This record gives sequence, C-alpha cells and structure tokens, in this order.
Amino acid sequence: MKLSFSAEDEQFRAEVAGWLNDNLCGEFEQTRGRGGPGDEHMFVEERKAWEHRLAEGGWTCIGWPKEHGGRAATVEQQVIYNEEYARAGGPGRMGHIGEGLTGPTIIAFGTEGQKQRFLPGILSGKELWCQGYSEPSAGSDLANVKTKARFDEDSGQWKISGQKVWTSLAHESEYCFVIARTDPDSVGQKGLGFFLVEMDQPGVDVRPIPQLTGTSEFNEVFFDDAVCGADDIVGAPGEGWKVAMGLLGFERGVSTLGQQMLFQNEFDEIIRVAKANGAARDPAIRQRIGDAHVGLRIMRANSMRMLSGGGDGSLQKEAMIYKLYWATWHRNLGKLAMDVLGAESEILEGKPYELNRLQSMYLFTRSDTIYGGTNQIQRNIIAERALGMPREPRG
Amino acid sequence: MEFKFTEEQEMIRDTAAAFLGEVSSSEAVRTAMATEAGYSPELWTRVCEEMFWQAIHIPEEYGGMGLGYVELVAMLEQMGSHLFCSPFYSTVCLGVNALLVAGSEEQKARYLPEIIGGTTATLAYTGTSGRWDASTVEATCEPSDGGFVLNGTCRFVADGHTAQLLVVAARTPGTQGEEGISLFVLPADTAGVSTEWLPTMDQTRKQAQVNFDNVSVDAAALMGAAGQAWPLLEKIIDLATVAIAADQVGGSQQVLDSTVEFLQERVQFGRVIASYQAVKHKAADMMVKVEAARSAIYYAACVADEALKGGALGAELPEAASIAKAWCSDAYFHNAGTGIQLHGGVGFTEEYDIQLFFKRAKSTETFLGNGAYHRERLARQLLDGEEAVL
Repeated sequence: MKLSFSAEDEQFRAEVAGWLNDNLCGEFEQTRGRGGPGDEHMFVEERKAWEHRLAEGGWTCIGWPKEHGGRAATVEQQVIYNEEYARAGGPGRMGHIGEGLTGPTIIAFGTEGQKQRFLPGILSGKELWCQGYSEPSAGSDLANVKTKARFDEDSGQWKISGQKVWTSLAHESEYCFVIARTDPDSVGQKGLGFFLVEMDQPGVDVRPIPQLTGTSEFNEVFFDDAVCGADDIVGAPGEGWKVAMGLLGFERGVSTLGQQMLFQNEFDEIIRVAKANGAARDPAIRQRIGDAHVGLRIMRANSMRMLSGGGDGSLQKEAMIYKLYWATWHRNLGKLAMDVLGAESEILEGKPYELNRLQSMYLFTRSDTIYGGTNQIQRNIIAERALGMPREPRG
Repeated sequence: MEFKFTEEQEMIRDTAAAFLGEVSSSEAVRTAMATEAGYSPELWTRVCEEMFWQAIHIPEEYGGMGLGYVELVAMLEQMGSHLFCSPFYSTVCLGVNALLVAGSEEQKARYLPEIIGGTTATLAYTGTSGRWDASTVEATCEPSDGGFVLNGTCRFVADGHTAQLLVVAARTPGTQGEEGISLFVLPADTAGVSTEWLPTMDQTRKQAQVNFDNVSVDAAALMGAAGQAWPLLEKIIDLATVAIAADQVGGSQQVLDSTVEFLQERVQFGRVIASYQAVKHKAADMMVKVEAARSAIYYAACVADEALKGGALGAELPEAASIAKAWCSDAYFHNAGTGIQLHGGVGFTEEYDIQLFFKRAKSTETFLGNGAYHRERLARQLLDGEEAVL
C-alpha cells in the first residue's frame, strides 16, 4: 500500500502545471478561479476563448484515444490534470460535457460518420454540448422520460417534442444530447433513443431558470418538432437507455481531486475569515473547522482508494459512498462559511442581489445533495447494491 | 496508484481473520472478558508461538518479522471486528512502539527479544486528571544515586495489572506541560511498583492503576534524555492512536455486517425489515461512516509506516493520527449505537453481541482522546498561527 503517484505521473504533473502557468495569464488572468459551480454565467466569452487555447496546446480531451485526437492519458494522469487545473485556478470548463460525456459515448457506441462529424468540434473546443436528460417528471426517476422522437418518413428526419430541464450551458451550446422515447407505447427504460440534436433551429427554445442564487446556470429546453438527422441517433432506436447508462460510467473518479482542490480553496478562505474576525476563538466553530478538515482529508484518501481499484473485489464500496459523502460535506461547508461570517453573512457584495463567493457557495451547495442522484437515492443505491437489502417497490 | 493492500498484506489480513474466527468467538470473548486478567494466557502463548503476531513490526535485527504499520493495521482491524481480548494492543502498539521510538540500542536489544518471547508490556503515562496530552503526566522522577526515584500514580493504563514490562512517563517535580518529562522502561515487578485492576464498563479492554512508591531505577532505565522526552512520548501516543483507530474500523464494519444480517431475517408487517427505506437509509449511513473510516486509517497507516521507518510522509503523523481518531471514534459510536437501534429490543439484551461492540466503541472513543479532543488539536494547527487580515 502506497499513498503516492509514480515518478512518471509526477513528471506529467509538472508538464501540466508548467503549461498552465505559461498560458493562464494575459487575457485569461481575469478568468482565474471563475466560472465554477454557482458562477457558470461569468466570463463566458473569455472561457470559450480559453477552450480554444487549451485545444491548441493539446489539453482538451486528454483521456480520449490517440486515434481520435486525445493523449490516451491514464486515469491517474487525468486526475492529476484536473488537480493541477484547479490548483492553477483554471476557469470552469465550457467544453466538459462534450469532452467527458458526448465524446466518450460516440467513441464507444457511435458510427464512423458520427465520430468524423462530432469529435473534431469537441476536440477543438469550438462546439459545446449540453445534456438533455432530466425532465419535469423524470428527475430521480430518470427512465420516466416523456419527450418523444418520431421518425418522419417524408423528410427522412427525426422530429423531437418535449421538455428537458436543469440543462446547464444550453444557451451557449451548439448541440444537445437528448434521450427521447422512440416507441410511444413504451414505459421505463425500454423504447428510448439517444439523439444528437442541433440547438440553433426553430424547434428549440431555451429558457433560463432563475435560481435561489439570483443567477441562472440552468435552463429549461423546449423541443417542438425539433429536427434531428436520421444518422444522428447513437445506437438503435430502443437502445437509448443502454447508451445513456454507459455514459454515466465514463467520468467517474477523474475529476475528484480537482473538485477537492476547489473545496480546499473555499475552506482556506473560511479559515482566513475566521482568523480575521475572531470566529477562530469560538470553541464551537473550532470544532466544526476541525471536522471539515478531517472530512476533506479523508475525501482525498478515499479518492486514492477509488483510483487504486481497491476495496473487496469488484464492488468498490469506497466509490459507492463518494457522491453522498462529498455532497454532504460540501453542504455543511456552506453553512460553516455563513456561521464563520456571522452578522456579515447577510450583507451582500452589491446591489440589488450580488452575492460574495462564500454566500454564492453556501446557496449553491443546497443543490449538491440533489443533482446527480439525491442523497436519498444514493442511500437506496448503497443499501441495495452494496449491502444487498431488498429493492424499493416500484409503481 | 497502489493505495490498497498488496497480495501479501491481504494474506496477512485473511490469516488473521481466519485465526480470530477460530479463537475469538462470542463465547471465547465472553469467557475472557469475565476474568480479571481479561485474556487467556494459553491463547496468548499460541498467538506468540504459532502466529508470531507480537513480532510483526519488530525489525529483523531483533528477531522480529520486520513488517510495517500497514500490516499491523490490517491485523488490528480484524482484532477489532472480533473483539479480540488479548494483551496484543498494549504490548505491541504501546510497548513495542515505545521501545522503537524511544529505546536506546541497549534497551531495544534487551527488551524486544523478551517481548518476542512472550513478555507483555504497556505504557503508563496518564495521571488521575484523565487528560491525554502532556499535562496528564503526574508521576514524578528525581535523580538519586546515579539513577532515579519514581513516585506517583498512573490511571487508565491499558492492561496495567498484567503487563510484565512498563514504559513509564514521569516529570521532574515542579515542571508543567511538555517540559520536564522523562521516559523509563522497567519490569513491572520492580520494588515499589503496585498495580490495581480497575473494573471497566467495556470488559473487553482492561485498565489498571499503577502506583509508584519510591521506585528506584538505575540510569539504564532512562529512555532518551532526562526531562526531554515529550516529543518521543507524543510520537508513541500518535502511533498508538492510529492503532486504536484501526480497531475501531474493524468494529464499525462488524457492527454493520451483523446488523444487516439481522435486518434480513427479522420480519414485521409481513416483510423483512431490511426492506423498509427508513431502515435501509440508516444502514447506508453506517456504510458511509465505515468506508470513510477505512480510507482514513489506510492513510494514517501509510503515514505511521514512514514515521517509524523514515520517509517524508512521516511528518504528517500528528495530523494523520488525529484525523483517523476523530473520524473512526465517531464512526464506531454511530454505527454501534445505530446497530442497537436497528436491532430493536434484542439490541438491549445481554445475549446479543451488539452491546459488547457498543461498549468497546465508547471505551476506544475515550481512550487517547475523543473526536472533540482531536478536532481541537487539528484546529490549533489550522487556526492558531498569525491573525489574518481581512
């Protein structure tokens, strides 16, 4: 058992850090630390340009196979890349959905034509993607998708109608991948298709959702006979669920240390405030800061276990707890930030409703325990898959 | 990334689990814990002669196995899950660690082979105040005739009534805190040493009071420099803290496993109660606690290993020990307490083992500082530097 990366990996780390140091400056200086969760609406044009810069340096899609333009980076290298990216203050990625979700899906399940048509745009950072999964009636119960896809024989195209929700970056994206029902009489996981849909067309309407933060990272997307080419379905009609589930497995674990670096930055800021305003002398606050530190250090060790593929055999219990663990930790950190700020926690950065970074983090962390599988769903999964307890009855 | 057990380490763990499955059944635990000594001397002889566990991390030059803290932690986890009643923890995690950290070449050459031969040992440093930091050292030592005279009392000493070899912390009269502390190693039958078993709520881990009444030791008993031993003692305590946290991980896991097994069998309202979401979610929370505990203890084991053998990671020992002990203490108590709740009425009976784990959870939580103690220790490191400017 060793708690360290290999010498080759450390060399890779130095290469990443060096490139970021040389490039994250000048026009991009202002984007440092911006555009992350809760701040995704900021510096959009600058961040798009940054995607191009990354691509020129060969630093997009590093985990993709070389034949598709990637670096075939190992999981360890991808983790290191994300950690160094966060350490350097790299802005929130605009291309992460294409890079982490669409691309790997097309590489795994797509046709040669789809690869040629869609992968270069993702690689170059010039075509951005958003994700059309959730619907008003398909949240935790994702398979309850109502959006319909009908093949129109006259035009030889798919026609998609329905509503998606919680679609981040929809208003900035060139494409959306959409799961929609190809068999109108089907229910649940059967009868779905996985579509690659152009956003710039009359049948697509994007409406931002104002959030409790006062900002709008998320959108509703309405499809009204939106067209999608006959060749732009991944897998066969009816195989959409299989493709979608394959996609969920692609990104696991790669972003963990990068995410924790952002958490560490937030925690450092809280410590700085506590020392400055005297909260650091409050025994109850000291306990909570100690607890947050314990939680974050264990989170890193847990990620290292995930990366090592350890655990007992095929079932990686340390990976199964990860979402519930970090989401709960981060939500608690948000509350700690406000309690450390004390009376000042209520006073905004500016009029009419401009939050400071910690306030924004505090409010935004309420979504951590909801998106990507709520804490309740996570507990069901742990109890059923890891502990072998009976499945929930389904209607 | 190889942050997992090697095949050899898995084998050590599995061998320990198999042996403990045989010798540390519920019945064996209950028999041992009802005695004043708290263990079966015959079993301890088997452990020393057949398994050679007492020698696990003693370097080969002293006749030991020369393995590291990761292997030790792998075994301690199994001992925790089997409520193993033995002088292993006190002898190996207190006695051997003290000799490895603070012993002179002569002391190691003399005492480590004795321990390999079956001699039991412990560390006596806590006074009547019940604190776990330097201020707890109350026994005194004064130079006399080229040696020292020890006086005073240590309480809460693990296996202090049965250990044959004592490592004792005492202070120069009139000193406070981290100043003036010395360490000594002496046979427990030295004239003037008396011990008294203290009956404990958790009967699987025995404690004693050790009294020193004008105990004369010669200069060869002194470990390290007189009055300068706190850094050595702190390191011994941190290593022991990592070790007890490993016991807690094993207990936390066993409590979860046995509780889920019970939930899968118990039927109410026509279904096994494991099918109720209110119950499943509690069990899931138990798994989160124990998996995070396991991540914490593996991290701490790697750090402790380098702290003993040399290596950059060793510098993190105080932090890693506090992180592991803070989390594992709370995890074990949470899991054992939730385990009783999920067992319902039978969880409150003497018959079911969950009550034994509940008691061991609390005794190991208190021992060497509970979660609050260790969180405050970490807070000092994080917060008590220079005041920042907002």
